[in-house]
Amino acid sequence: MAKGRAIICEDRCKGCGLCVTACPQGLIELSKKLNNSGFHPAVVSDMEKCKGCALCALMCPDVAIEVEKEES
Amino acid sequence: MSKVLMKGNEAVAEAAVLGGCRYFFGYPITPQNEIPEYLAKRLPEVGGTFLQAESEISAINMVFGAAGSGARVMTSSSGPGISLKQEGISYISGAELPCVIVNMVRGGPGLGNIGPAQSDYFQATKGGGHGDYRLIVFGPASVQELVDLTIEAFELADRYRNPVMILGDGILGQMMEPVEFKVKEIRKGPEKPWAATGAKGRARNLITSLYIVPEELEEHCRKLKEKYDRIAAVEKRHESYFADDTEIVLAAYGTTARICKAVVDQARDEGIRAGLIRPVTLWPFPDEPYYKAAEHADAFLTVEMSNGQMVEDVRLSVNGRKPVHFLGRTGGIVPTKAEIYAEVKKIVEGGVR
Amino acid sequence: MSAAKVFTKPASMTDKIMHFCPGCTHGIIQRLVAEVIDELDIRENTIAVGPVGCAVFCYDYWDVDFHQASHGRAPAVATGVKRVHPDKVVFSLQGDGDIAAIGTTEIVHAAARGEKISCLFVNNSIYGMTGGQMAPTTIVGQKTTTTPGGRDSNMAGYPVKLTEMLAVLDGTAYSARVSVHNPANVIKAKKVIKKAFEVQIKGEGFAIVEILSTCPTNWGLSPVESIKWLEENILPYFPIGEFKTPGEVSR
Ligand SMILES: Cc1ncc(C[n+]2csc(CCOP(=O)(O)OP(=O)(O)O)c2C)c(N)n1
Repeated sequence: MAKGRAIICEDRCKGCGLCVTACPQGLIELSKKLNNSGFHPAVVSDMEKCKGCALCALMCPDVAIEVEKEES
Repeated sequence: MSKVLMKGNEAVAEAAVLGGCRYFFGYPITPQNEIPEYLAKRLPEVGGTFLQAESEISAINMVFGAAGSGARVMTSSSGPGISLKQEGISYISGAELPCVIVNMVRGGPGLGNIGPAQSDYFQATKGGGHGDYRLIVFGPASVQELVDLTIEAFELADRYRNPVMILGDGILGQMMEPVEFKVKEIRKGPEKPWAATGAKGRARNLITSLYIVPEELEEHCRKLKEKYDRIAAVEKRHESYFADDTEIVLAAYGTTARICKAVVDQARDEGIRAGLIRPVTLWPFPDEPYYKAAEHADAFLTVEMSNGQMVEDVRLSVNGRKPVHFLGRTGGIVPTKAEIYAEVKKIVEGGVR
Repeated sequence: MSAAKVFTKPASMTDKIMHFCPGCTHGIIQRLVAEVIDELDIRENTIAVGPVGCAVFCYDYWDVDFHQASHGRAPAVATGVKRVHPDKVVFSLQGDGDIAAIGTTEIVHAAARGEKISCLFVNNSIYGMTGGQMAPTTIVGQKTTTTPGGRDSNMAGYPVKLTEMLAVLDGTAYSARVSVHNPANVIKAKKVIKKAFEVQIKGEGFAIVEILSTCPTNWGLSPVESIKWLEENILPYFPIGEFKTPGEVSR
């Protein structure tokens, strides 16, 4: 099974939550803590389950997400 | 050198081509239509582009884009159209782009009429659009001068990265006079490394007048002021006609200056020591000759086809040293030699206070 | 096993954090345009023209030559640029107020001339930058600061369907409306934006792409609620689709 990694740049994130609804696995949530700009940044709760589909990144208005996928 | 007989508007258009203008964007309005009509034929012959825009607003914004792209570009219009161009002129000034704008002034305000006028002087010289900016403004008084100053306008525009306006009037545009095109080879503008041309092998270029940070905008305005001061220091031009030993100095530009010259001749014939100081640049205004003339002249008379606009600059220049009188006609009416002469006589005979 | 990047910031985008409000889909559009510039490999060959509106700082995020325009005049400025550089890719980005109210004349005539430029237009159904006033695209019933009771068609008329309008002009080669409210539509939107650039590159003529976008701040909704509101209120009035493709001549 393909394994992915969504890397969210905490400081670019404005905590809008569009990635949260975009993730088909429901793996993204907004952090309780604040980033340097005072937003609750998005975090991946369980990276093990990320498939690297990049839908979160597609919907991110702030280009805060990079996605990697492992190739077998 | 051979001279050709040409209408002012056509002469401006040909001069623009010789001055290196490759792009023209405009919208029809009397009394300047011969300029776009001439260029519609002429520009394609030299590989240039003529485009009739859907409005003066669009035309000046096409000029904005072409100027920012590094081209030598011109637009022309008259009163109402120049009013519409003011927003664009302000942006072009703010972004420090070179271009040439011709205003063959007609009677205003509003739709006014198509007769000659000089009532756009304030608009041209004091900044007709918003913000702190200046245009270099030429006030030619003959078809030959229209030609020479139009060619030069492109040079000054590029030298200072600033719009230059040719402030003519309906008469100058329509009048036919023999002219000589001293520039034989079509000029080319300088390299413009700042222009938007596609960021090939260099950092990208940005053409903008937006400075959202107050300190940055103030710095930009300070730089603009320095530029305007530099222009004012070296570009003031005027013509002095018997103005060295005078009792009365006439002040007039463009068409009215031609009539005033004839008035000076008549006055001299009849023993009145009259002279004329004719500004060639309306901005920067040649203030010194007026100030100096105030040493020997008893009075000044400003003659305009307006209710009194340039007279304010003459008064500022004379700075209270001597009285500055005013004679103006409006509505597209040209003041006659006789009425100006009568005013001159009245002033020297002490009839006007 | 090695990890490959499947999604990164496009190369023709700068690192600058965008100024748009949280959840405003303007940022997605900025990115899509940069992705298209990368894919067509035209970064060094492109001149962008911007609007006055929320996207006024778009040049901060695209690493291409840029020319400002005053409010509504981007198509005229882009015309001037394109006429001087016919071999360059010239595109504009405008908001709905910019393009469909104050700048209606300029866009209509750029289209009518068949100006070989690509015009992108972000329809968020409101004046974003000035604080949420009625736009030419505000839908009937929509509340804005200048239609506090909702847009009343008796008083304020109806929204302008500019993209359909432009499709009937013979100078228009390509006219389409897309949206960026979900991943499937984001993918579609990018294809359409790319097509608008390709239409220009092939010399086929004028291209207009309207992109439906959200304005959580001025709609008074959360980013996620805004997406839903767009789906329920804007999509029915402003249908997605291609209205004209190259080769079709309108009657
Ligand atoms: C001539 C002029 N009139 C008004 C304004 C003020 N203004 C700035 S942006 C804007 C509206 C922008 O709305 P829209 O085009 O829908 O773009 P958005 O901000 O929603 O992205 C207005 C009216 C201006 N800058 N210039």
